[in-house]
Amino acid sequence: MNTSPFFIKPTPLQVVMFKVALALVPAIAVYTYSFGIGVLVQITLATITALATEAFCLKLRSYPIKPFVTDGSAIVTAWLMALSFPPLAPWWMIVVAAAISIALAKHMYGGLGQNTFNPAMVGFAIMIVSFPAQMSRWAAPFGVLPQSLDWSAQLSWIFTGHLPAGLAFDAVASATPLDTVKTQLMQHASMSHIFQSPLFGAIGGIGTEWITAAYLLGGLYLLWQKLIPWQIPVTFLAVLGGVAGIFHLVDPTHYTSPLFHWFSGAAMLGAFFIVTDPVTGPTTPLGRVIFAALIGLLTYLIRVFGGYPDGIAFAVLIMNLAAPFIDQYTQPAVFGRKGKQKKAGAQS
Amino acid sequence: MLTFTLAIAIMAILAILLGAVLGWAAIKYKVDEDPLVDKIDAILPQTQCGQCGFPGCKPYATAIANEEADINRCPPGGEDGIRKLADLLGKEFKALNAENGEEKAKAVAVIDEDTCIGCTLCIQACPVDAIVGAAKHLHTIVSSECTGCELCIAPCPVDCISMQTVGETVSTWKWRYPVIPLTVKAAA
Amino acid sequence: MNARAALAVTFFPFHGGVHPPEHKDESSGSPIVAGPIPATLVVPLHQSIGNMAKALVNVGDHVLKGQMIAAADGTVSAAVHAPTSGRVVSISPQRVPHPSGLLEYCITIESDGEDRWIDRNRFDWRNADGRAIRDYLRDMGVVGLGGAVFPSHLKIGGAKDGLDTLVINAAECEPFITCDDRLMRERASQVVEGIKILQALLQAREVLIGVEDNKPEAIDAMRAAIAGCDFKIEVVVVPTLYPSGGAKQLIKLLTNKEVPSGVRSTDLGVQCFNVATVYTIYRAIEHGEPVISRVVTLTGNVDRPGNVDALIGTPIADLLAFAGNKADSDSYIYGGPMMGFEIPGTDVGLSKAGNCIIAKSSGLFPAKPAEMPCIRCGKCADACPAELQPMDLYWFGKSKNFGKAQERNLFDCIECGACAYVCPSNIQLVDYFRFSKSEIWAAEKSKKAADQARERHEFRQFREEREKRERAERLAAKAAQKHDAAAASSDPADAERAAKIKAAMERAAAKKAEAAAAQVAADPITPLDPDATAVPVAEAVSAPAPEPAPVSQLDPEKAERIRAAMEKRAAEKAELEAMSPEEKAAREAEKKAKIEAAMAAAAAKKAAKAAEAAKAQGDQADGPGA
Repeated sequence: MNTSPFFIKPTPLQVVMFKVALALVPAIAVYTYSFGIGVLVQITLATITALATEAFCLKLRSYPIKPFVTDGSAIVTAWLMALSFPPLAPWWMIVVAAAISIALAKHMYGGLGQNTFNPAMVGFAIMIVSFPAQMSRWAAPFGVLPQSLDWSAQLSWIFTGHLPAGLAFDAVASATPLDTVKTQLMQHASMSHIFQSPLFGAIGGIGTEWITAAYLLGGLYLLWQKLIPWQIPVTFLAVLGGVAGIFHLVDPTHYTSPLFHWFSGAAMLGAFFIVTDPVTGPTTPLGRVIFAALIGLLTYLIRVFGGYPDGIAFAVLIMNLAAPFIDQYTQPAVFGRKGKQKKAGAQS
Repeated sequence: MLTFTLAIAIMAILAILLGAVLGWAAIKYKVDEDPLVDKIDAILPQTQCGQCGFPGCKPYATAIANEEADINRCPPGGEDGIRKLADLLGKEFKALNAENGEEKAKAVAVIDEDTCIGCTLCIQACPVDAIVGAAKHLHTIVSSECTGCELCIAPCPVDCISMQTVGETVSTWKWRYPVIPLTVKAAA
Repeated sequence: MNARAALAVTFFPFHGGVHPPEHKDESSGSPIVAGPIPATLVVPLHQSIGNMAKALVNVGDHVLKGQMIAAADGTVSAAVHAPTSGRVVSISPQRVPHPSGLLEYCITIESDGEDRWIDRNRFDWRNADGRAIRDYLRDMGVVGLGGAVFPSHLKIGGAKDGLDTLVINAAECEPFITCDDRLMRERASQVVEGIKILQALLQAREVLIGVEDNKPEAIDAMRAAIAGCDFKIEVVVVPTLYPSGGAKQLIKLLTNKEVPSGVRSTDLGVQCFNVATVYTIYRAIEHGEPVISRVVTLTGNVDRPGNVDALIGTPIADLLAFAGNKADSDSYIYGGPMMGFEIPGTDVGLSKAGNCIIAKSSGLFPAKPAEMPCIRCGKCADACPAELQPMDLYWFGKSKNFGKAQERNLFDCIECGACAYVCPSNIQLVDYFRFSKSEIWAAEKSKKAADQARERHEFRQFREEREKRERAERLAAKAAQKHDAAAASSDPADAERAAKIKAAMERAAAKKAEAAAAQVAADPITPLDPDATAVPVAEAVSAPAPEPAPVSQLDPEKAERIRAAMEKRAAEKAELEAMSPEEKAAREAEKKAKIEAAMAAAAAKKAAKAAEAAKAQGDQADGPGA
């Protein structure tokens, strides 16, 4: 028997996921422009592995393969992870990471909609914990160092670990801006000295500042399409910037400005594409604000005081743990129950 | 030596403090729980049918509480009831013990008024006083009070009592659990 | 029509809401036409949210149009009338417009084609007291025609110092439905007459008519009709946003008052009536016409979509034929596409709740895509007019965690379907909510039944214990008495005492009979203490011998059992007679007191229950109408 409502709004999941992927395209373009074909290679490898793993897991679980492989969620996961990887990381790393994120973080928890942790961040975190050296080996963006790798050299490095004669990876390598600031400050370099490095542009790293700007553009598109709640990116960026601002005001020689924090690393990617993952976050309006605020705070703490240059992945994973708890205690008042609410959620 | 005694003293003070906190909490947050028998009795369906081998629901509840009876002896409570008992007592779910009978749809007893001789035997058998009538007068069953225990059937000398299944009506109809096949390969 | 009326200056939006395709143009263009008089009408008896009406006619009776054929049963109920003149051919369970497809009692009338009215009289409501008006409306079968079919007479009266706001629900927010739109366009003056009656009855200080901005013609007609009113009245144009026609949502829109859950809007000084209900109130009071017809929208996959003034009980097949049903219609929606349901068959008769019938075809309503897992995107929470978190309720319902669902206010859900409409995973959220609700209701019902059974069982045990104890005491007393009698031998006062005892016994017997009669009359359901009915028992047992006839036909074992039972009874009787008269009198007095107490308790319980039921129904009736 059919039941009401007899019609539904035609906005299937695939369309939602397609729009999210579309929103990532400008950033991918800028990223590739600055860092070369390695970016696209990572994305392709991640996508293929993710889809294959997804299909394999669905088959194992006796789920229909077609609707779930085509829902687009695995592709979005793969892209987000590939975008947080160093473009020149060896090929097997992204493959392992993508397989882990889909099989372990998603399907072992029950598949789409059931996972506790953000799959892309699980893949990334496992790799950075297991292979810290490879995961922090970045090439400088084009135009910073006299030497750079062309597309064939990049492919060769990713797939074979060898470079054409006469090239050494050290000659093109460079730490990320966040990493540079952190290590240099530890060596008691002054902030102005650090920022004189050719790696830095107007506010963040050369290249990276434009990539983050492109993420911001994509994020605004998602906001316009009402695909993400505005509270999350706004709160996250406000807290990250606010905390950075306080430290910067107190001691500008040791703490970088809010702008630097916004336009470096994965701040923008996180704000619009990762923290906003609905599956692993709270659903109540207040809960989302708390969730995003705490991720912003944790990100800053890990970036500045922790052992890793960027903190988004760990901050997100820690807060994923707390999401159900936050939901439990931030249940909004229901129509006709305002004012006299409370206590309802307190007993479980 | 001094540091050693100091350490001991700090440890002792901590122990006393924490002990006091624990003791206070034990008194303050003491849980006055319902006696287990009542909790079990609340799950049992109260048909008082005796199919479990005990003379009523309360005796069975008492026996369960004293670990003298298994939780799978109540056919009217059905699988659902066994699950609830298992949850309450932290036991494994067991299938209904076939010796006690099988789960049936809810039914009420109906007296065939042409046959009834007014012997009052069923009145005496009814555990919930759901049969009205007097000797030599027609008996009738108050169906809203009947638990469907079937205890009145055996005593009737003229076999005038039968069980009638209570069907679904528009007012008791329930919306079904939405079954939408998520897995196309249902064989899993 | 794309024309939109200008919005009111002040309205107070509610949270959420959706805007599905309106599909109103198909049926709103042509005037209301009189429906067919079918050969047979199937009139359901359960035509209000409360009790089923009790049939007043018998099979074979000839009835006139407008004649009451079933009377309201209790307060929360409404009468049912013959929609046309003819002969009652059956009073039996038939399929009714209900999603279950189960049978319910209906009166089937074979129309004689004369359509002859019963005598109608105008009701002089200005000189009638509140109770008389309520009884009149109940007997006219006036119920909420927005879909909830809540008896209207229960909404009248109550607020003694008048009402702040009388809200007239003319939002008609569900797609496809245009019956209220057409009614206002064509019969605005009669609707306003009805509003005048209600305003006077309720002493409303202000009347607000809420209409969605997609009905500019109806708005103009209503504005013109209210021109002559001598009280504060206004047509408030609200944006077209489903479910603005939900009673609580409309009250919020117009007055900014949120009706708290479990509270009747009357307590906030607001009362809400559907515009079609107001019209029937006017017809009932000024023309003496009971509710025997309603305007129903016939639309969807039909040749001539439009609005029909159809007789209640008209089989849906007749209505569909009237509108020119197309061959490829596969099923029929009763009500709107957001909250209606598929009827089990076209043989069901139109009920008072039937505001719309939509013929479904796969072109008009494509099959819904397969359900995908919930990704907790929160779109449903954004759309929910009750400000719930549907994704959590879905989760609890799916895992049958009903306690948690109730804790998260499942029962504030009005089942409007906005959540399921927006869900990108195509989840039929409302089905899970309906399922959870009916499971919770059923569980509560069986819990209540179990508690009652336990109480009765415990009382029986207590009684048996007491009887045993008393018997023992009596035997002991008797033994002592014998001993005394032997010792006292002949006393001169003996004769006098014997006479006194005899008189006391007679008095006691009389009292006993009275008490037993009183108890049986008061409440036949209260547990009958066999001793309280001791009179018939005693009479029966004192009758000489058991009838041999049935015994002879029985097998010896049963005969033996009967004999044993007889003997037991005889022994009990002997015991009773052996009791000293003082003891008997004392027992009688005790019993009488107990019976009286039980009667009082039962009466109190009944009153409480009735109040509760009325309240519960009041709450339920606040679901969104058309």
